[in-house]
Amino acid sequence: MNIAKIREQFPILKKEVNGKQLIYFDNGATTQKPLRVINRISKYYLEENSNVHRGVHTLSAEATGKFENAREYVGKFINAEETNEIIFTKGTTESVNLLATALRPWIVKGDEIVVTVMEHHSNFVPWQQLCEERGARLKIVPLERNGELDLETLEKLLNPYTKLLAVAHVSNVLGTVNPLKKIISIAKDKGVPVFVDGAQAIAHEKVDVRDLGCDFYAFSGHKAYAPMGIGVLYGKFNWMRRLPPYQFGGEMIESVTFEKTTFNELPYKYEAGTPNVEGVLALEEALRFIEETGIENIKKHETELLKYAEEKVSEIEGVRIIGTAKEKAGALSFLVNGIHPYDVGMLLDKMGIAVRTGHHCAQPLMDYLSIPGTVRASFAVYNTKQEVDVFVDALSKTLKMLR
Amino acid sequence: MTIQEKQQQVIDEFSMFDDWMDKYSYLIELGKELPPIDVKYKDDKHLISGCQSKVWLNAEMKDDGKIYFTADSDAVITKGIVSLLIRVFSGHTPDEILNAGFDFLDKIGLKEHLSPTRSNGLLSMIKHIELYARAFKLKNNAENK
Repeated sequence: MNIAKIREQFPILKKEVNGKQLIYFDNGATTQKPLRVINRISKYYLEENSNVHRGVHTLSAEATGKFENAREYVGKFINAEETNEIIFTKGTTESVNLLATALRPWIVKGDEIVVTVMEHHSNFVPWQQLCEERGARLKIVPLERNGELDLETLEKLLNPYTKLLAVAHVSNVLGTVNPLKKIISIAKDKGVPVFVDGAQAIAHEKVDVRDLGCDFYAFSGHKAYAPMGIGVLYGKFNWMRRLPPYQFGGEMIESVTFEKTTFNELPYKYEAGTPNVEGVLALEEALRFIEETGIENIKKHETELLKYAEEKVSEIEGVRIIGTAKEKAGALSFLVNGIHPYDVGMLLDKMGIAVRTGHHCAQPLMDYLSIPGTVRASFAVYNTKQEVDVFVDALSKTLKMLR
Repeated sequence: MTIQEKQQQVIDEFSMFDDWMDKYSYLIELGKELPPIDVKYKDDKHLISGCQSKVWLNAEMKDDGKIYFTADSDAVITKGIVSLLIRVFSGHTPDEILNAGFDFLDKIGLKEHLSPTRSNGLLSMIKHIELYARAFKLKNNAENK
């Protein structure tokens, strides 16, 4: 894998920030987009724009064809059994909300939903609210000291009242890659369906929903080189077919009379209104970029970077790495003794380095770890060891100023 | 010194810095030297919550009819800016504060800290300084009637 060649495909990486060459280490928030993805959006509006599933005219038929081909491609990318198990959403957050809303009638008083301490608010609050509304209980899986899930407790928390286990594939703060196959097999043994939040995994890990055996899987395009505003909810056909609609109107309708409306089949039942066609086409392009680069190559490169960065950052006095799981992907979170993450982030920005600071939309995890937040450097395929070196130098300089 | 004079003094001080590092080193120094706020004011009632760094602010009016601010923050750069705000606005009457404006922060190149997206509590702190001034003014008016 030639990183220089890959970098050439990301024009924004040449940008200067505050007079310094940009080093973009905020990929956990969103990745940059390769030119082919940007071009795909232009091409759509230059040559292909038309509403899908509606017109009899050629342009509409072609747009519909490309839209549905993209769905098929996404289905193959995550190895879904059927293309109609791929529902397009705005992103992971909408995917979770869609599912939580659709599952509402199925949750009754006394039921339990199990989530984990490390969840992003998006995979926490919808379940918390659902439980509150339906009189169900939210159960929380704790962590081991190194940031791995406590699987023993997880197993104990699953019981005949458990209606769902919702768990992240990769933690956005700790970088922990959860042992999903093991977790899902524990849940299956107890008859508990599993929803996986794959937002932080899709650009870093091989995702094979059939191999994993999960019932639902969600991800966002924009964290995987695609534009913002497009995401996916994968839901097993036998589940989604039985669940009620989420929003009403447009494509999700089969027939309407003054008395009654019947709903379209999957996946259209869950795609009310005109979809984000440009986003879907660009998502396909982004996933093709990942496929052509090779997820194994990407993973190998990013793991090396992460290990290298961890090593270098640990050498700095007073640095504590938050999250030391055996298997990590994407993110390096740390704290420096007596120094607020905000100060570190501000000064790094002055040196052209974009990191994320704060609670990373995981306040329950911050409370659990009794920390105010972290500094997070998160990597993508185009990042390099040289960038890590510049970052580590800048970090040392920053700390010298703050101490 | 009037608020305007103090603001000009700050602007002059900052104009001496050639690069951002000196400027931020100075802010950090100011932050570290900020007199601590009385612990009893470091509670939720005085907390101005930004998403990332927290600011605590207290104001009291003394017999001279002027408002005196004390504040703290958990992030030292924020604290440095807080220290500038206190230096400029502490020891003035509500009317003086309400008529002063805050654009000196732009002029010393710290506007970025006031962007709502930085979520550092500073923007709300400025609002709270004005709120305190307005509240004391109303209280004065009521008492003088």
